[in-house]
Amino acid sequence: MDFALLAVQILNGLDLGFILFLVASGLTLVFGVMDFINLAHGVQYMLGAYFAAALIAWSGSFWLGLVLGAAASLAMGLVLEWTVFRHLARAGHLEQVLATFALILIFTDGVSMIFGAGALSINLPASLAQSVPLTHGFSYPLWRLIIIAAGLGVALLLWALIAKTRLGMLVRAGSTHPQTVQALGVDIDRLFLMVFAFGAMLAGFAGTMAGALTGVEPTMGDSVLILAFVVIVVGGVGSVRGALIAALLIGLVDTLGRAFATDIMGLFLSRSSAASAGPALASMLIYVLMALVLAVRPSGLFASGD
Amino acid sequence: MLPQRLKNFVRHEPTTALLALVFIIALLAGQVLGVTAPTTLLARAAIFAMAALSLSFILGQGGMVSLGHAAPMGLGAYVTLSLSMLGFKDLFLVMACAFVAGATFSALTGLIALRTRGVYFIMITLAFAQMAYYAMSSLSVFGGTDGIALPVRSTLFGWPLLRADSATALLAVLMLGVMFWGLSRVTRSRFGMALRASHLNEARFTALGFEPLPYRLLAYSFAGGLSALAGVLLANLTDYIAPSFLDWHRSGELIVMVVLGGVARPAGAILGAFALIYLESLLGGLTQYWNLALGLILLAIVLLRGRFEGATRITP
Repeated sequence: MDFALLAVQILNGLDLGFILFLVASGLTLVFGVMDFINLAHGVQYMLGAYFAAALIAWSGSFWLGLVLGAAASLAMGLVLEWTVFRHLARAGHLEQVLATFALILIFTDGVSMIFGAGALSINLPASLAQSVPLTHGFSYPLWRLIIIAAGLGVALLLWALIAKTRLGMLVRAGSTHPQTVQALGVDIDRLFLMVFAFGAMLAGFAGTMAGALTGVEPTMGDSVLILAFVVIVVGGVGSVRGALIAALLIGLVDTLGRAFATDIMGLFLSRSSAASAGPALASMLIYVLMALVLAVRPSGLFASGD
Repeated sequence: MLPQRLKNFVRHEPTTALLALVFIIALLAGQVLGVTAPTTLLARAAIFAMAALSLSFILGQGGMVSLGHAAPMGLGAYVTLSLSMLGFKDLFLVMACAFVAGATFSALTGLIALRTRGVYFIMITLAFAQMAYYAMSSLSVFGGTDGIALPVRSTLFGWPLLRADSATALLAVLMLGVMFWGLSRVTRSRFGMALRASHLNEARFTALGFEPLPYRLLAYSFAGGLSALAGVLLANLTDYIAPSFLDWHRSGELIVMVVLGGVARPAGAILGAFALIYLESLLGGLTQYWNLALGLILLAIVLLRGRFEGATRITP
């Protein structure tokens, strides 16, 4: 195991971690503020990528398409909140699961009806599609570094919004004591609308960033949704700080696990059994991590409720 | 005794009784006329009704919204597969092993998941089911993500009972009936009352000197075992086992069945399962994009039902 390989895998892990953070931060606020279970958050990730891919192709400009795509994700978030989510905010978790599951069916099929079931690609402009030499003989794709930078930027922005603004104060208060906040005269429905639409935009943005790497397809939101759930549960529902730390932890553990599990198993097992047990263990690693965290702290690392 | 019970049932559950009657007549007519395709669909519906009924038990009685109930069901199918690959195909043996496997999986994951409540519980059960999904996807013995064909269907004392789908349908309907009867007995028992109490008012339940966890864990793993039994029949029906059996979409479908039929109604899960399976089959025959149509129907049901009958709502 040489240093360059390890460095690349750590960067890949941070990459996945920041993508997960972008998805999970909006989701954790929706859970935290409204106690709303939204299975359709992965759909918003997928839709964001499709919006961006279509708008980049339409406008011919990458940056314009990126901005318009984020705006479209925001608009989609507003529309969905207005048509569906608002009516279920006070319903039970079961109704929410049913409705958002229905949204997954509708949008996954709807998108493959309009764009086809195959993968679209988001073509990066030449200036972004290159690799950056980090040390001699080892370079890393620029776009992946941009994802890390964008994730850090959004984390800072969210921190400033939540810690320094009045809106952020209401979100913080709403995530721990929603009834009290409402009793003090705050329109919690409007707060929810804003949080929800902003979360949808972040998810859409994450979908665009990841879609430029891996391609855009109708089911791309599925695996990300489950990983975002793991992140939220590990980090603590409603805590953006928890989501950031858990996202990076999950991203690193998953990526490094997949990269090195077979080698590490090889130290204890024969070559052939390590080759079959390694990948199995690697794909289960984050769930084992989640189970361990929850066994010690049932409401996550940074629970906001206590 | 029995006619009185039947009369009560018809009075309290007229829709269920009517539908049951229609299905029994349709099944008998199919047998007489020798039409086999509907029996495959009936078997499928009854099998999913078994799984949905077991989920409805922990959901309605214990307030445990598990979004990973396809995992024990899929494990039941994989137990069938692995025993069949080893040459064991007796239905009793397979069912016993599947029940133990499903119950053990649920007990182990339940130990951690049941420490949590609400949204956490939903997400944790989902994550554990994904863990099982990835574990099965990475086992090359079972064909990895592609899945693998079942070498030979289960037999009853060496007799190839499940060779015909109509027999599987009959067995599934029979087992569904026994399960329905058994679970309604459990619901009325002391255990069922304690389980319900632990969910309706946990603070009071604890204050009375009860410990909620053993009741919940027992119910949760029992439901997992029952779900695995449905998995055995499903494996015998499809002849092909893939990790998609444990996929979270499957778990979502089970929740949809339970909620569609209504949690408060004892036979709700059965109605919901039959409605969803037949709706899927109907829409699948009409359009390639049947998921879209199904999603729209489900969404309309949720949004409109919330408006018309707020009373059916169950908030765990």
